Parts: sequence; structure tokens; C-alpha cells
Amino acid sequence: MSPFLFWVFALLTLIFGATVVVNRNPVASALSLVVSFLGLAALFMSLDAFFVGIIQVLVYAGAVMVLFLFIIMLLNLQAEARRQINWLAAAGGTGVAVVLLVQICFVIRHIRAAQQTFPPLANPTTDDVRNIGAALFSNYNLPFQIVGVLVLVATIGVVLLSRREPR
Amino acid sequence: MITLSDYLFVSGILFSIGFAGVMLRRNLIIILMSLELMLNAANLSLVAFSRFRVDPNGLPNYSAQVFVFFIITVAAAEIAVGLAILVALYRARQTTDVKDISSLKF
Repeated sequence: MSPFLFWVFALLTLIFGATVVVNRNPVASALSLVVSFLGLAALFMSLDAFFVGIIQVLVYAGAVMVLFLFIIMLLNLQAEARRQINWLAAAGGTGVAVVLLVQICFVIRHIRAAQQTFPPLANPTTDDVRNIGAALFSNYNLPFQIVGVLVLVATIGVVLLSRREPR
Repeated sequence: MITLSDYLFVSGILFSIGFAGVMLRRNLIIILMSLELMLNAANLSLVAFSRFRVDPNGLPNYSAQVFVFFIITVAAAEIAVGLAILVALYRARQTTDVKDISSLKF
């Protein structure tokens, strides 16, 4: 992928990610999150991970965001009332996040291997669905089954949580 | 040319944005969305590492992509449970603000 497209999608992801945090209206936040996830899916595809990119669009921009919007509508959340901002707490939270960011950037700058470009693939149109599937059902079969149990438990838990208590 | 560190910078900035959201916002739904941002930042760096480690056959390292697949599954389950807890909480307290939910606070 050309550097220009990389920076376009990276900026799209980051700007709309920041909008999620800054917006006061939950619906606007959720819609910014969709755009951010779409930019991220484009970044995955720029790394030749087409399957992961498509899963990102289907699961996140599709299912998870529908869930978020559905809950926002169900609870009828309005934009947050403009409360008095606790400036000390806000400055502290921002400070911790900035310190984390500076640390991450410092570490990345000092990894020499990270300054190299990506090595070329043998075949740019690899069949990565088949390869991921093969890895999933051979090397990673046990974790895959465990994730299946986890999803089952989550389903049962959600049904139990959202059931009304009998009076 | 785009290097690995560019992807890692984007991933780090996205993680910090999500972290700031968890620290700063008081609406539980926004906090859950910020958690999703952090998980996706981790996914981005995993996919970048997967593409960076090309094996002798010229294939990317698929272990990282399988890991991303697991992360997406677990994150979806986590969001479903989190939103169910949120709905139950709203039914009991009529609020989604973490300032109003402090019975367990030390």
C-alpha cells in the first residue's frame, strides 16, 4: 500500500478514535467508532491480512456497533448534562495517558528492528482464509474449543442477566 | 516507505486515546467503547508483527492472526456481557454514570 493511503487511513482511525472520547453525545461517539473501525480494517488489509480486515468490518462495524446503538436507543440516553468538570481529575487522567503515550513512543523509537520496511511476500494474493483456518484447527484447536465454551457461557450469562426478576 | 514502527506508533496512539477515554469519561457506554479502542490497538500491532515476520515460504506469521481472531471473539463476548450488566444496572438505578455507582468504593 502506498504511504499516502497508509497515512490517510491512520489519520482517519486516530481522529475518529479521538472523537469517540471527546463527544458528549453517545450516538455520535458510537458512529465515530464505526468510522474508526473501518479505517482500522483498511490498515489490516494494507498489511495483507484480508481475512482479519473483513472480520473486523463484519464483527465490529456490524454486530458490536449494532449492539451499542441498540442499547443507547433502549436506554434513551441523551447527551450528558454539562456537569462541573473536576479539573484536577481531568488533568490527572490526561497526564497519565500522555505519560503512557510518551513511554510507548520512546520504546518504539529504540527498537532497531522496527525501523525496517516490511519484507515482501512470496505471493501477494495468498489464500489467507485457508491458512488461518488450517492453523486454527491444527495448532490452535484447544484454544478454539475453549473460546467456543466461553461464548456459550457469555450467551447464558447475558440471558440470565437481562431476565426480569420474578416478583 | 512505511516501516513497522509507523504501524506501532499508530497502534500506541490509538491505545493511549482509549486509555484516556477510560480515565476521563464517566459514562459507562463510552468507557466500554474506549475499551474496544484499546483492544483494537493491540490487534493492529499484532497484525503488523504478523506481516513483519515472513517465514521462508514467503507467508506471514499466521499465529498472530489466529490470536487476533481470538481477541475479536473474546471482545465481542465481553461487550455483550458488559452491555447486559449496564442494562441491569440502568433498570435498578436509572443511571449510567460511574459517579452514581459507588457503593463498592473504598
